[in-house]
Amino acid sequence: MAFDSFQDFLAMGGHAPYVWASWGVTGALLVGIVLHARAERRQLLRRLQRHERRRTTTDQTSHQTGGQRHEA
Amino acid sequence: MGKIWSFIHKLGSPKWFYAISARLMPWFWLAAAVLILVGSVWGLAFAPADYQQGNSFRIIYVHVPAAFLAQSIFVSMAVAGLIFMVWKIKVADMAAAVMAPLGAAMTFISLFSGAVWGVPTWGTWWMWDARLTSMLILLFLYLGVIALRGAFSSRDSGSRAASVLAMVGVINIPIIKYSVDWWYTLHQPATFSVTSRPAMPLEMWAPLLIMVLGFYCFFIAATLMRTRSEILRREANKRWVRELAGGLS
Amino acid sequence: MFAWVGEDRMPSADARPIDNDGRKTGGGEPGGGLVVAVWATLKRDLTLLMRRRSEVLNPLVFFALVITLFPIGISPDPELLATIAPGLLWVAALLAALLSLDSLFRSDYEDGSLEQLLLTPQPLAMLGLAKVAVHWLLTGLPLALMAPVLGIMLALPAGSYLVLAFSLALGTASLSLIGAIGAALTVGLSRGGVLLSLLVLPLYIPVLIFGAGAVQAAIMGDGASAHLAILGALLALSLMLAPWAVAASLRISING
Repeated sequence: MAFDSFQDFLAMGGHAPYVWASWGVTGALLVGIVLHARAERRQLLRRLQRHERRRTTTDQTSHQTGGQRHEA
Repeated sequence: MGKIWSFIHKLGSPKWFYAISARLMPWFWLAAAVLILVGSVWGLAFAPADYQQGNSFRIIYVHVPAAFLAQSIFVSMAVAGLIFMVWKIKVADMAAAVMAPLGAAMTFISLFSGAVWGVPTWGTWWMWDARLTSMLILLFLYLGVIALRGAFSSRDSGSRAASVLAMVGVINIPIIKYSVDWWYTLHQPATFSVTSRPAMPLEMWAPLLIMVLGFYCFFIAATLMRTRSEILRREANKRWVRELAGGLS
Repeated sequence: MFAWVGEDRMPSADARPIDNDGRKTGGGEPGGGLVVAVWATLKRDLTLLMRRRSEVLNPLVFFALVITLFPIGISPDPELLATIAPGLLWVAALLAALLSLDSLFRSDYEDGSLEQLLLTPQPLAMLGLAKVAVHWLLTGLPLALMAPVLGIMLALPAGSYLVLAFSLALGTASLSLIGAIGAALTVGLSRGGVLLSLLVLPLYIPVLIFGAGAVQAAIMGDGASAHLAILGALLALSLMLAPWAVAASLRISING
């Protein structure tokens, strides 16, 4: 351990703003990349599912209308 | 040999890549999380302070891995572009497309941390230091590739143009780097470069090595994940993607 | 413009009767097809550009204007100007060369002659190289010849004028070659101008460093031959690689 106390650790020997700013921005960007990738994937899957559902339902309705026409 | 080739060919098919990457990705995420966590705690709390720069040197543990990655990502982007241009493997282009913003983000991290590091070491936010200058040029190269890809209305043309530009850029990167280094030594270096220093003791460079490895794992995992999304986006009308989507609901 | 030479030959080879001397009219490649094609491209582009004088003159006027702006913006003090003159002249010349790049393939793209160039049996890289050579002849070379005059206005120390002109002549050739890649990549885009500078300027940095460095070395009396040698090496490298990149980029822009 390079520091005597937690206060010491936060103060970084007077260099706190520089060290924590660099680490903070890096951490925020890395977390942001992960969150963005996850959100992108979820959104895509949801859209694909919606498309698929719509495609199957339109298939069914078109079959039904076709059948009704036959009966008429 | 035959087995390797067939493996590569399978990897080139989006469906196979999607399946194989699903199995690999969790391991890279896990490795990245563990390595970055260990490296951070070690680097921030346990590594000894530098005799000259005190605790501000702890910025090295994010600055150097990001700088390494920024350069490696450009090279891998150009290699992916070459694979796409020569063998017409679409997955390679999808990977190149998602690598560009990632590389730009890493370049930004290394520039930002370098500038912030400059305050306690040089007493100024920006110094035309050789490394910082090359990084700034690299950022412009990344922005150029991203902008060029986006400027084309046809995706295929954009992909091929970005591949050509990435390859031209990767040939130029070493030339730019050496000429900037030379330019900087000509105009008399101010004091000392941040990262070139007398040999570091083990307790200092071991966490750095761990952080570098962690960043590389993070890059691979993030690239795999976003390439998978890109595959779904571009292959949305393929039967296997529709079956996949249908199976989820 | 030579495309029809190739296209014409194909049907005529079988359709046309054999001459009295025993050779097919219209058949057979004219001797040294590549040389002819490159020479024709050179001549055509030179003629076309000489007809549009303003396009040739604009970069030169721009160069002079930018150089005029600096003493006004900074200070008319000759000593101060002399210290920054090499860099100023080089940056201004570089921007002037960049300004003219957008039109390198633009008019050929718009009137369709670029497509004809793609269809010729001759390698596109060589024809592109001819176009770049014309661009350098009418932009880089005049800029290099004009720079010493502007150097006088910036109180550039004596003994560096020849090096200035020579380094600019060498360097702008590399700039034209590298810039042609960017111009070829963006020729199909409607608003390619700003994008072109974003793509090309980072790649210009090594040339700028050694070009301005040559002039500075000449002023300090160190001898500029090392810098000029590196500029020559950069030119050799871009001569080797850029034509292929230009050809690939043109194909992408046309087909896309």
